Amino acid sequence: MKAVPLAYIARNLWVRRVTTALTALGMALVVYVFATVLMMSEGIRATLVATGQPDNAVVLRKGAGAEINSAVSRTQAAIVESLPGIATDGTGRLLVSKEPVVLNNLPKRGSGKPSNVTVRGTSEAGLALRPQVRLVEGRMFRPGTSEIVAGRAIADGFDGVALGQTLRFAGREWRVVGVFDAGRSAFDSEIWGDAEQMMQAFRRNAYSTVVFRLADADAFERVRAQIEGDPRLTLEAKPEVRFYAEQSEALATFISILGTALTAIFSIGAIVGAMITMFAAVAQRTGEIGTLRALGFRRGAVLAAFLGESLLLALVGGLAGLAAASFMQAVDISTTNFQTFSEIAFRFTLTPDIALRTLLFALFMGLVGGFVPAWRAARLKIVDCLREA
Amino acid sequence: MSTPPVAADEPPLIRIRDLSKAYVRGTQVIPVLQGVDLDVRRAEFVALMGPSGSGKSTLLNLIAGIDKPSGGTLEIGGVDIVGLGEGDLADWRAANVGFIFQFYNLLPVLTAAENVELPLLLTGLSRRQRREHVDAALAMVRLDDRADHYPNELSGGQQQRVAIARALVTDPQLIVADEPTGDLDRVTGAEVLSLLDELHRQLGKTIVMVTHDPKAAARAERLVHLEKGVLVADDANGAAEAATAHAR
Amino acid sequence: MFLLRLLLKNALRHKLRTTLTMVGLVVAVCAFGLLRTIVDAWYAGVEASASTRLVTRNAISLTFPLPLNYAERIRAVDGVGSVSWANWFGGIYVSERNFFAQFAVDPPSYLALYPEYVLPDEQKQAFLRDRQGAVVGRKLADKFGWKVGDAIPLRGTLYPGTWTFTLRGIYDGADAKTDEQQMLFHWKFLSETMRQRAGAAGANADFVGVYVVGIREPDDAALVSQRIDALFRNSLAETLTETEKAFQLSFVAMSEAILVAIQAVSYIVVLIIMAVMANTMMMTARERLAEYATLKALGFGPGFVVRLLAGESLLIALVGGLAGIALTFPLAAGFAQAAGTLFPIFQVSPLTQALQLGAALLVGAVAAAWPAWRMSRIEIVAGLRHVA
Repeated sequence: MKAVPLAYIARNLWVRRVTTALTALGMALVVYVFATVLMMSEGIRATLVATGQPDNAVVLRKGAGAEINSAVSRTQAAIVESLPGIATDGTGRLLVSKEPVVLNNLPKRGSGKPSNVTVRGTSEAGLALRPQVRLVEGRMFRPGTSEIVAGRAIADGFDGVALGQTLRFAGREWRVVGVFDAGRSAFDSEIWGDAEQMMQAFRRNAYSTVVFRLADADAFERVRAQIEGDPRLTLEAKPEVRFYAEQSEALATFISILGTALTAIFSIGAIVGAMITMFAAVAQRTGEIGTLRALGFRRGAVLAAFLGESLLLALVGGLAGLAAASFMQAVDISTTNFQTFSEIAFRFTLTPDIALRTLLFALFMGLVGGFVPAWRAARLKIVDCLREA
Repeated sequence: MSTPPVAADEPPLIRIRDLSKAYVRGTQVIPVLQGVDLDVRRAEFVALMGPSGSGKSTLLNLIAGIDKPSGGTLEIGGVDIVGLGEGDLADWRAANVGFIFQFYNLLPVLTAAENVELPLLLTGLSRRQRREHVDAALAMVRLDDRADHYPNELSGGQQQRVAIARALVTDPQLIVADEPTGDLDRVTGAEVLSLLDELHRQLGKTIVMVTHDPKAAARAERLVHLEKGVLVADDANGAAEAATAHAR
Repeated sequence: MFLLRLLLKNALRHKLRTTLTMVGLVVAVCAFGLLRTIVDAWYAGVEASASTRLVTRNAISLTFPLPLNYAERIRAVDGVGSVSWANWFGGIYVSERNFFAQFAVDPPSYLALYPEYVLPDEQKQAFLRDRQGAVVGRKLADKFGWKVGDAIPLRGTLYPGTWTFTLRGIYDGADAKTDEQQMLFHWKFLSETMRQRAGAAGANADFVGVYVVGIREPDDAALVSQRIDALFRNSLAETLTETEKAFQLSFVAMSEAILVAIQAVSYIVVLIIMAVMANTMMMTARERLAEYATLKALGFGPGFVVRLLAGESLLIALVGGLAGIALTFPLAAGFAQAAGTLFPIFQVSPLTQALQLGAALLVGAVAAAWPAWRMSRIEIVAGLRHVA
């Protein structure tokens, strides 16, 4: 079947520029929301996924779900430490870190509104377990002191946490001696200090988690069985990667569902816009339709021409919306993660998959909006069209 | 593109027997054409005339293959048009019919050349071959310098000439014209009619034309009159005969 | 009257286009209303706050507890009328999906501080007497089909183990703003059970999550808050006392980014439909060019033409807007159903409805503005030439 030339389709959109622009604008806005939501969800996942190391394991109290809900007593922590299967570093020191994790309510920079920030007591082993963390300002805290270092997102986003400033909690002054960058992972939103100092200050007898590196990355199951099978321990173990992935589930899913539901509703508006435009286009060009059919173009060619016009319109809107959404990548955003109850900073992340899905969504809107008008155009009788010309 | 003269015993190009067309509106049946018999020979120039509602445009539409009759036979070039399916009919039109409309019916977003090219897109010709045909057709209507102009940049007469080039470009055997001078003033109308003359005389095209315009009718060699859907007169056009005789 | 009839006829001329435009408008108005209602629902806790209640929490963060012995000292502070306390329990009923708020409270003082939880007297007495008893809000009881006397099992997360309570009462909220999806039980039960189960680790047993402080004069809020915090400065557990409203706002602030996004999106949707409708009106105007020229030739002034076009647009907007508002209610009900206990209060407020209508009319006005202006200035001759 011979097709109506592409020039005809494209130029008709150009000739009715204002209508094309308005309809495409409607679609672009919907696409923008769609893409941005996907990028937000992806950004949260990416941040949390970047947090876990593939050969690290995390031990928490059974059923805890989040570090702040978990308690691992000193005795239990000691038992975990003594298990076989934990890697050692070059000097023979065990790569295991027993960490208390608490939340501090701090005021955000600018708005002054308070938000919960994760404060983690860690150790030299703990630093070694997170190779993605690098100091960008100052120096690391000295063990046995009340020095702390702040993740980049916290230092930037909150008041009173910049290099040299002091935080007051648990009856002590804690001085910020450094700022670290954690490679766009969850640790960027944390404050780190000495584990034992924090345990003392908070008068705690239980850590929140025990993190260690597996000597043999494939041996996780064996180690897990040992931990979960030990009657003295009421603990569970997870690969660090999976632990952090699960942390993002609730928030990412919530945003995804909310965004998808909203976009579905909005898309109705955009599809209606496309339908109105295409119906008008068909009505205005019945003479041309009749001429094309008289010349010998098939009904299918007419259908394809108008459907093509609608799809092209949607593509223009889709690309515009996607371009606008891609600018969101420059925006830093943070929110409270439902599961951890603490602040997490992330970015809008645009992946090729999201770009593709966005454009397909745009084309889908064009298809649905343009189909009925195109079908009607193709169903017209030649003599009726020519009579109206 | 000149064609051999018509032999005396050659069968007619268009053979119409007992052709009828009726419209159904609700329960009412409105007859538009009734029992029309007509033969048109190859290279004939026929004008269909008659008052409003006589069915002349309907007859033209049927001959052109853009409408289906209610009854009767319609053979063109030996092909039974009535029996063709819609797709085959479209293909047949593309190969065999050139259209000229009262309001030119050019696509406003395509240039003159692109408009002329349209029927060629339905053939298997390459881009280069299509370009050659388009150039030849535009040259024939003396508009080759306006090939890249859009219809809204052309006068009415020029637009009609583009339409004529489009009607020619696939070298169809039959040209169908519906009030070709209806929207033109006297001078431009005359130009267009001269062109039609050329097509008829030099290229041997068969032309069936519906018209009210006596000047247009004068160019035809045969006048067919319809009234209320029935053929009432079919005369050789004296004026046309005399002109032809004069030219020879 | 003539104008209205003319408007109606004009709008109905192109039924398909008018219908489609209206569908789009209804969808947009609904979406706008739903989004605003979601944002309102987020602030439900803030709206339900009383100006005579303060909340005292650990200054470090809400996740740190406060000692039980603070209660007496707070009660003695000048300006304080009564003191109660609550622990967030965070238990799971059957599955995580059935999330709802559970608090371990001191029933006599707590119920006195929250008069908006209306309990029939015999149910209240039964609850007070039964240490293992619990009361729940009406909506929660309806959701799970609980009746007084039922046993309610919870799986603890912060306080591990299985916990069973006996439902002793179902409270009704005093007004629409009251959260009827909460569960309250005895703090003493929590404390004793933890002491039994955890033994040494039962150091948690004598700690509360927050203190709720009733003050006599709302204007004293800031002063009393400072007094309370001054009491515990430099102690092991420093406090932060704020009005209940501020406390609730801090929760909202946690999700601020999301809320801002939702609000932005709700305005975007209005923009979307504005673009669509402007498109429609432009098409309509273009088609009616000749008619408007004729009207002007007949002597109707340019103002009439403007009123015609703008009026048609506003009429469509009005009908669409009202239909959209009407549809928002079932949509909101459906959403509340789906969201479950995530949004205990989910209602379309009068302000939202007013804004919906306003948005619809604004869309109608803006959509018609440019075409109407164009049409009013059309030259008669130029317009008539458009007949063909």
